[in-house]
Amino acid sequence: MKFKEVNKNVNKVDGLSLATGRAKFVDDVDFKDLLIIKFLKSPIAHGIIRSIDTSKAEKIKGVHLILHHNNCPYISHTTAGQGYPEPSPYDTYMFDKKVRYVGDYVALVAAETADIAEKALKKIKVEYEELPSILDPHYAMKKNAPIIHDERSSTGIYNKKKNIAGHVKVQVGNVERALKDSDVVSEFEVETHYSQHTPIEPHITITYLDEKGRLIIRTSTQVPYHVRRICAHVLDIPEKKIRVIKPRIGGAFGTKQEVYLEYYAGRVTLLTGLPAKIELTREEEFLSRTRHPMIVKIKLGASKKGILNVIDMDVISNTGAYGSHALTVMFNAGSKCLPLYKAENVRFVGTTVYTNLPVAGAYRGYGATQGYAALEQAMDVLAEKLNMDPVKLRLLNHIKKGETSPIFAALGEGKKGVPQYIKSIRLDDIIEWGSKKIQWEKRKPYTKKTGRYRKGKGMGIFMQGSGIPLVDMASASIKINDDGSFNLLVGATDLGTGSDTVLSQIAAEALKTTTDNIVIYSSDTDMTPFDVGAYASSTTYISGGAVKVTGEKVLTQIKKVAAEMLKCDIKDIECENRIAKNKKNNKKKTYGDIAKYGLYEKNQFQIGYIGSHISPVSPPPFMAVFAEIEVDIWTGKIKVLKYVCGVDCGTAIHPKLAEGQVEGAAVNGLSYALTEGYIFDKKGRMLNNNFQDYKIFNIEDIPKLEIKLFPSYEPSGPYGAKSVSEIGINGPVPVLSNALYNAVGVRPTRYPLSSEYVLKLLEEK
Amino acid sequence: MKIDIKLNGQRKSFEVDPSEKVLDFLRRIGLKGVKKGCSTGDCGSCAIILDGKIVNSCMLFVGQIDGHTIETIEGLGTIEEPHPIQKAFVEEGAVQCGFCIPGMILAAKALLDKKPTPSITDIRTALSGNLCRCTGYVKIEKAVLKAAKMMRKK
Repeated sequence: MKFKEVNKNVNKVDGLSLATGRAKFVDDVDFKDLLIIKFLKSPIAHGIIRSIDTSKAEKIKGVHLILHHNNCPYISHTTAGQGYPEPSPYDTYMFDKKVRYVGDYVALVAAETADIAEKALKKIKVEYEELPSILDPHYAMKKNAPIIHDERSSTGIYNKKKNIAGHVKVQVGNVERALKDSDVVSEFEVETHYSQHTPIEPHITITYLDEKGRLIIRTSTQVPYHVRRICAHVLDIPEKKIRVIKPRIGGAFGTKQEVYLEYYAGRVTLLTGLPAKIELTREEEFLSRTRHPMIVKIKLGASKKGILNVIDMDVISNTGAYGSHALTVMFNAGSKCLPLYKAENVRFVGTTVYTNLPVAGAYRGYGATQGYAALEQAMDVLAEKLNMDPVKLRLLNHIKKGETSPIFAALGEGKKGVPQYIKSIRLDDIIEWGSKKIQWEKRKPYTKKTGRYRKGKGMGIFMQGSGIPLVDMASASIKINDDGSFNLLVGATDLGTGSDTVLSQIAAEALKTTTDNIVIYSSDTDMTPFDVGAYASSTTYISGGAVKVTGEKVLTQIKKVAAEMLKCDIKDIECENRIAKNKKNNKKKTYGDIAKYGLYEKNQFQIGYIGSHISPVSPPPFMAVFAEIEVDIWTGKIKVLKYVCGVDCGTAIHPKLAEGQVEGAAVNGLSYALTEGYIFDKKGRMLNNNFQDYKIFNIEDIPKLEIKLFPSYEPSGPYGAKSVSEIGINGPVPVLSNALYNAVGVRPTRYPLSSEYVLKLLEEK
Repeated sequence: MKIDIKLNGQRKSFEVDPSEKVLDFLRRIGLKGVKKGCSTGDCGSCAIILDGKIVNSCMLFVGQIDGHTIETIEGLGTIEEPHPIQKAFVEEGAVQCGFCIPGMILAAKALLDKKPTPSITDIRTALSGNLCRCTGYVKIEKAVLKAAKMMRKK
């Protein structure tokens, strides 16, 4: 397919404003009389607030407001910024008399400066009655375990008494019988760890009243429309009283799909009439939202020839103190992993439990990352039992073009999914390329080696989705200007992903113009049409679909006006490069001529349209990853020698930005696999909530990376596009684990793969 | 106290509280390209060039910069006339969310001003104090190499 504007590396539309430091993030606008909000946080993991005394704090000069459970409405909600009704339990309150993890919000102080607010926090006296706590997900469902959510007003919790936030069990075929009938059965269990998104811009929100008394929320969010809806609910005011503005956002990765600061600031502004700001410190950011740690158990059964017959997957997901995305992240551990392999018998049992630990939420990969940590290691365990090359086992069993999996229909987003057939897949090509790049043919199964440094190779294959089918809706608005340029308004939220650029390219392609003639604006609930927001790998595919539909409608209007001007039939009009021409006599009108005619001359109207898009399917992007590592058996240190990753994302609308998504996700994943992890003490306190003790990769840590896109054409996507932003993070944990086994013969079941842990595995061997 | 500094090429005097952090001071006078990512000197978003060296402005007090020369991202290029490093970052796709980019570009400038032909190791050492969560650093490294080439040609 030949394109003019998409599949091209145009300069990022906001690139220079960002590179020159001119782009405005939330905090880059000054407000007069701005109140600073600071939170008093629970020092204990589980307990009841017996009393709270704010009298001394209130007397401090500069303190304007103190809020806590005794003076705030008690409205249950979820902080998960999901489509309505949200599939997450309503188990959260602005303030509650119960605290459920170390860091839970007990009170807030709004003061004239941060120093005054901090001083006032120290003067608030709280008496707690400490309760026994659950710091281990295994313990959550035990008979004698304390109940974390015993409040009656919380709804949507699967089983309060057992601390189960969500549960699902689906089965296709007969798993028990198939396990018995299989020639070879392998079992593997892994426990993934707590980790944080660490966007370099921590969460920040500023609220103020406009001249009409409406509440304006300027916030660092992925989901402006969900912010408006959830704040309207929690603040008990109608949506029409709220406007949410998303300026430039300094990274998000899922953590800004949460709505849990905006309503506090909103309430302060509504009560005081003053602008108010909440800016999390880096320490607080670590205790904001995290990746759900999961215990994933997988059984695989296959014939002697290596044909997979059964996959049995059991997941226990730890959502921490509140159930944000509790059900859906757990669902995705199954729905985004299981369809990758053809097996007639599949079972998925998922349980999400509460613990008195930090709250989990959406994080790039969204459960698939945790699921693949187990699945792609279990495949290697099976390959070894079959005495078969791991690549061959995957080639034999992965889903192919034209095929489907019953899991697509059985498991969706907290409910049943939709059936779909694979229309685009380049997995075999990627595997062939990756095998060559890593010299897979030289790899041998693990045998005992000698020497201090031992090398090993591992691989894995992966898929994700593109939006939530029949749920995620995006819309776009396009209008023409006098000079033939276009305003494109989208609710889609560019968080740094480059979606403003990608959506401009799609608009330009549809309108037969150039990307520099598209003036994009995102996102503002007063101005831009609805979009669920940037999550579930949906922006290019779903929001891009909306932009394409809208552009095509506007193009038809342009043609209609051109036909009127050129006095010919609309069928004879052809548009190219901002010109409409009558192909019969070659007479032309520029888009500028057409716009002016439509606006000023005759039968005037605004050429423009608001289009919406949903998709009945969620075509998966596919990926294969290969890595070679070297293990220092004296220190346990893993050095990644080479990391090879190929991704089929359909048509890459902007290849460089798409590559950037894969590179960023790969490095984020490598860091997650090797160095990142929460350390808690026995009381559930996080000990390493700073960048010195929680190590994310810097530029010196990156290994040799080879990343390549393998274009396919997805017929349901805009110009053949699928998603690309999440899939890359799924690779490192299982692939490095497989390489570790290949190098030294130990299989990890805990993360990160720190020197200490690897050394311990080697010693236990 | 009063401080005299050379800020983005211009001599300026300010009446300041010497215990204010340089990060907060610069943002307060309108230089919003200086970003706040951690306030503990670990992320490099607030990096500025002080007398030719890259430093984290969150770790300095205003009293310490009296008499010194400071460059922030606002002193480099503009959207109309970007500095070669800014141009290279955009062309190479090294800018995603852009929050770390002012610090990253200044770290690159501090390097390239001293070493017009840096090795990969030089680049990695120079940028090791700047965290980026979006890009995986691949295109940032390429952008610095490209900028070095562009600056040598100038």
